[in-house]
Amino acid sequence: MIRDIIVKWAPLLVLVFLVLLFPIFEWLEDFRAGKDHIYLLDSRFFSVRNASRIAVAATPGLMVAIGVTFIIIMGSIDLSMEGSVSISAVIFAFAFLALGGTLLSWAWLAIPAAMLVGAGIGFVNGLVHVVFRIPSFMVSLAMGFVGTGLALVLTGGDRIRIEDEVFRSLLTVRWLNFPIMCYVALLALLVAWFIQSHTTLGRNFYAIGGGEELAQASGLNVARIRVLGFALAGVFFALGALMAVGRIGIAETATGNNFMFISIAAVVVGGTALWGGIGGIPNTLVGILIVYVITNGMVVIGLPSWLQDGVLGVLVITAVVLSTSRKSISFVK
Amino acid sequence: MYQLKAVDKHFPGVHALQAVDFEVQRGEIVGLVGENGAGKSTLMKVIYGAYQPDGGEIKIDGKRVRFQNPRQAMDHGIGMVFQEQSLIPNLTVMENIFLGFEKQFVTFGVVSWRAMATAARAQLAKVKLDIDPTTITSDLSFAQRQLVELVKVLTLEERIDGDLVILLDEPTSVLAEEEVKLLFQIVRGLTKRASFIFVSHRISEVLELSDRIYIMKDGAVVDVVHSNDADLDDIQHKMVGREINSEYYREHKQQAYNSNDVLVSFDNVGLQGSYRNISFDLHAGEVLCLVGTEGSGREAILRTVFGRDPCNAGRVKIKGEPVTAFSPMAGVRRGIGHVPRERKIEGIVNGMNVYENMTLAQIRKFARLGIMNVPAEKQLANEWIERLGIKTPSVAKDCGGLSGGNQQKVVLAKWRSSGSDILLLDHPTRGLDIGAKEDVYEMIREMSANGVGILLAADTLEEAIGLSHTIIVLKDGEIQKRFEYATGSKPSLYDLVHHMI
Repeated sequence: MIRDIIVKWAPLLVLVFLVLLFPIFEWLEDFRAGKDHIYLLDSRFFSVRNASRIAVAATPGLMVAIGVTFIIIMGSIDLSMEGSVSISAVIFAFAFLALGGTLLSWAWLAIPAAMLVGAGIGFVNGLVHVVFRIPSFMVSLAMGFVGTGLALVLTGGDRIRIEDEVFRSLLTVRWLNFPIMCYVALLALLVAWFIQSHTTLGRNFYAIGGGEELAQASGLNVARIRVLGFALAGVFFALGALMAVGRIGIAETATGNNFMFISIAAVVVGGTALWGGIGGIPNTLVGILIVYVITNGMVVIGLPSWLQDGVLGVLVITAVVLSTSRKSISFVK
Repeated sequence: MYQLKAVDKHFPGVHALQAVDFEVQRGEIVGLVGENGAGKSTLMKVIYGAYQPDGGEIKIDGKRVRFQNPRQAMDHGIGMVFQEQSLIPNLTVMENIFLGFEKQFVTFGVVSWRAMATAARAQLAKVKLDIDPTTITSDLSFAQRQLVELVKVLTLEERIDGDLVILLDEPTSVLAEEEVKLLFQIVRGLTKRASFIFVSHRISEVLELSDRIYIMKDGAVVDVVHSNDADLDDIQHKMVGREINSEYYREHKQQAYNSNDVLVSFDNVGLQGSYRNISFDLHAGEVLCLVGTEGSGREAILRTVFGRDPCNAGRVKIKGEPVTAFSPMAGVRRGIGHVPRERKIEGIVNGMNVYENMTLAQIRKFARLGIMNVPAEKQLANEWIERLGIKTPSVAKDCGGLSGGNQQKVVLAKWRSSGSDILLLDHPTRGLDIGAKEDVYEMIREMSANGVGILLAADTLEEAIGLSHTIIVLKDGEIQKRFEYATGSKPSLYDLVHHMI
């Protein structure tokens, strides 16, 4: 019982711990240099400005991580995020420019178009996975490469700039110190949470992850739910792509880079079980914040970037070790 | 030479072995019989080192031993020939024979396949099996594989100086008659070197092969007989033992069923490898029990009704409609509910709470445009919690944390509340304590009074007799006998066992 409670709240505790940890380093530094420094109050890390910086950085990753959360709850895995993000971003950029180049024209259609592309890739992932009975990691990994390749073919390796001010206001306009994209992400987060906890689809994800045999024996159409799950994940990957483009104003083949590790790390560190059935969207929010707090905090206290990747890697393994009840698992392949 | 003294083994809620004394002499063949759940497998696991007993002692030649694992038992000359084929199908015969003991053929990290093949051939000769040791195991027939299993254990002969004890767990279940004869011949020939413990449901075979027979019931050895002065009936009586208590099974609540309302109808149905020529009708309000040993086909029949295992012969009708497409989804839509034996795996979703589990099979009823109506779900769950007396702190409690009896009630509530009128109960009382069992019996009576047709695979024969209107005895996939009766004219346990084995 107690173990369950610890496992449930551990991610949040880790997040709080990290947020309080980095300012200590800053305080130590100033203390050695003989400067006045009140803990937390004079911290550069523990400030609204930095919180906004972390939020902006985390937004695209959060969208992608939400997508993959649904899949991991089902006990499958989707590794197509990098390719999906790249191709959605590139298609969005082309469509946006072709339809007028500003959000106030028909170019807004590029947004649903990008989401449709993401959904399409996810749909194919799910369909191939279910129909040909190929492990989801393999199908999605391969589809991811297809996506990256397509993006490269479309762009020819060029970067496409989106300079429309209305679209860029996602980043440039701030309400209460946070750019609009953070609020859009919050909305998407709420929608995802609603899907998870208030729709049959969300319920079915948990049923499949908790016991696929049983889900089938209860008359659920497991294959259909799986395909829908992958399509849904694809939509969130596309949202991640839109945020990524909104953040830097550029769509290119490399837009999707690094999302695979960051998103899966976030899901796992947040406490969602890799074998399915346990965890959910709130966990993923905590997870992505942990990931970006670490990255950001290490920059603030001046540690080299190569160390950040190492720390994240160790953190992911630790999270899995802590959250796995090894008694119930005899062999892992 | 090999001796168990007052061995005890407990599992949560079950006293699986109760002060069992067991002894094997040098060169002896000892039989071990008992109903399903009598404790045979637990005893065997203690003997070959997979379980450690909680009490009592194990002695070899008067010396006390304790095995932490099967490997240690093997080092003392105790080997197990598994019923479920334990050979790895994608390896060659010789690799399987020497699995885990390849060291003898290795020089500087390189395996000499030639030396292994020669050694394997010598081993295979012991059972007069003339096959190429480099054959891939999956290419062998079942009988050949069974012999290779035996050979694998017989390699102990060279490794161990002392006496050997070899356990044979249902070795004949996949064999044809001549193959059984051959196996028995081989086993008898090997008694010069080894003692055997022979476990089988086929009592006639046990009588034929063994010198002495241990009879187990409810975790205890009830008798030891010499096969010369024992007969089949005698052993069957001892296996079954106690009298039924009609009160316990709520027999007074048994009502006649409606014979005009046929829910499930099987007409000469067959499934290759599982059962054949099965015909029966399940009526509204009827409790129909399928009785038979493990592998008699009753589980497969339940799965066919539910839509899991499509049959490939005969006709299945559910509520008058011929079934053409088999799937659990279609089954649920036709009003069939399934209470599986493996509650943890197929009964409740761990990690989902009480109301989520209850509405899983009727999720659409609680959703509009895909959006769940959680308050309605909770209300339903609360109603059923009250009605069945489910003990849970709240409807939002994770089902994995409930006791077995309460989990089972959740499963039953799930199907009942979704309006299922055909229920398949596969060992619904397995692992439950007595109070919870009585609750389940009470629910079965209530459902059958409400016109639900129940197809039951009971945990014990007493349960089968106590609960059902109709009993069908199955053996090797075929119907042996059908009993129809009302309260007061129930058949005896002996009648059933007689047809089962």
